[in-house]
Amino acid sequence: MNLLEVENLVKHFPVAKGWFGRGKQTVYAVNGVSFSVAKGETLGVVGESGSGKSTMGRSVLRLIEPTSGRVRLEGVDVTSLNGENLRKARKHMQMIFQDPYASLNPRLTIGNILEEPLKYHGVEKKNDRREQAERLLREVGLDDSYYDRFPFQFSGGQRQRVGIARALALNPKLIIADEPVSALDVSIQAQVLNLFVKLQETRNLTYVFISHDLSVVKHLCNRIAVMYLGEIVEMAECEELFRHPLHPYTQALIRAIPVVDPAQRRQRLILTGDIPSQTSPPAGCPFHTRCPQCMDICKKEHPALLTQSGHQTSCHLYGKH
Amino acid sequence: MMIRIALHNPHQLISGCGKSITALSIMNLHTPGRFIMDGQILFAGKNLLQLTEKEMIHIRGNQISMIFQEPMVSLNPVYTIGMQMTEMILLHQKVSKKQAKEQALGQLKQVAIADPQDIFYRYPYELSGGMRQRVMIAMAMANHPQLLIADEPTTALDVTIQAQILDLMRTLRQQTGASILLITHDLGVVAEMCDRVIVMYAGRIVEQGMAQELFADPKHPYTIGLLQSLPRLNGRKKYLDDIPGNVPAPQHYTHQACRFAPRCRFATALCHKAQPGLRQLSDTHGVYCFLWNKEPIQA
Repeated sequence: MNLLEVENLVKHFPVAKGWFGRGKQTVYAVNGVSFSVAKGETLGVVGESGSGKSTMGRSVLRLIEPTSGRVRLEGVDVTSLNGENLRKARKHMQMIFQDPYASLNPRLTIGNILEEPLKYHGVEKKNDRREQAERLLREVGLDDSYYDRFPFQFSGGQRQRVGIARALALNPKLIIADEPVSALDVSIQAQVLNLFVKLQETRNLTYVFISHDLSVVKHLCNRIAVMYLGEIVEMAECEELFRHPLHPYTQALIRAIPVVDPAQRRQRLILTGDIPSQTSPPAGCPFHTRCPQCMDICKKEHPALLTQSGHQTSCHLYGKH
Repeated sequence: MMIRIALHNPHQLISGCGKSITALSIMNLHTPGRFIMDGQILFAGKNLLQLTEKEMIHIRGNQISMIFQEPMVSLNPVYTIGMQMTEMILLHQKVSKKQAKEQALGQLKQVAIADPQDIFYRYPYELSGGMRQRVMIAMAMANHPQLLIADEPTTALDVTIQAQILDLMRTLRQQTGASILLITHDLGVVAEMCDRVIVMYAGRIVEQGMAQELFADPKHPYTIGLLQSLPRLNGRKKYLDDIPGNVPAPQHYTHQACRFAPRCRFATALCHKAQPGLRQLSDTHGVYCFLWNKEPIQA
């Protein structure tokens, strides 16, 4: 059964330009994204900065209000909830942020940080809360004596563990992790990734794992969605995506990763240019400005999403001619 | 901290801890008086630490130049790209303003900027991250330096842009014959770019060797741990082999012990009491670890 279903999610930000906001523009951050995540599954979302992956993650949780589209969690339409119902639904979906230095309140102790969500979701007794907080700390591999310390006393890896403990406090079903290991050292990154795997096993969690690092995503995820300029351009099972990448962008992404073996320096397919501005996305296929296999039709028509045995891609190369 | 790096022509690199400080020391870019500096930095036979500030100015940006991690922070936001580029050409070369401009345009073209005339008059905020890093490289190469120090040049960039910049650095290296000291934490970038590698941990060199040797046959437990903790594209295991613990903060550095010992699986009592000396495994491959060398460094 699908735990999370996202249908045609759109998020546009109006931005003001020029003196005193005269002249309006729109940032087309997310343009009609649809996917679903099964219970216990990990979906990886990869893409470059400006591809809208973070905005997508936040709109799913309604941390920012989506412009349109539907998000269903266990069949309940989260996008139509408000007030008390929304507050209660939020318990089931939590977020882990990229920067463990910015996402913990420096004035609160670790104990306060972990107890805050418990307090708002009905754990009345102080002793119960403390007990739960200490248990969470142990679960993420920290000492429960850290309860009274402040975030500044910890290293990046330890802070990220606190961030994970906070997300787990309410026993959520879905966790959206936005670049949770990109700010960490390689050796620490491995520790935190292992923690993600362990927690998924013990708690049967469902992850949406957002990252720009394909090797991290490949290690952790069952399925991968590749985003470009606010759209999912390709989505497939992890192994399938790496073995048979269809979309030229996915192919370039995979070949751009440096291989950790000097004996295997390979000729890379290097993409020219930058990701286009989100305020004026190109007509037709969003990738056509950088695509090495661009055809005439790519500049005019937006490619449709094709699905073949679970492998989705939107590219004219595979459409009907 | 004790670092000994010999840079022959051409191109090598570092990875680990205390690496940026080493590079800043070479350029003498520290806040005066904040650091206790000892030892020698020999560049083409000259000890850079004994030079006066005036003499150093002739070397910085001229014979040795540097590119930084965050190109937005290292370009001046209130001057156009052109003004910043011609400034450093005029400082080091006896040329007219017009010639300086021509040179700058040529450099911008060399780093594969499509429209140098346009970029020349733009401000840094108008450019993307990849473009800014290209401009940084163009500036660094403007006076044809013998040594280019690149401190995490692609860390702030996306993979596809990273590939472009690494490719550019490789091309320039071939064209100009400059040496590159590349500082990075990304072992993939090291494997792609470098001939020789120095691995640092907590302010000390722990292992060095040719890239081929080091990746095929790492000897120091830290190097081994780093390579094993990477998620790989080929092969799939459920749990990664992580290195337990954290890198110590500089104020907690030990002087009479191996600094990696608290995180090392193979640590013995000796490792906590003395600092391991160098074991030269081949002409190029050396390691500082008691597993390979029982002789401690005499304090």
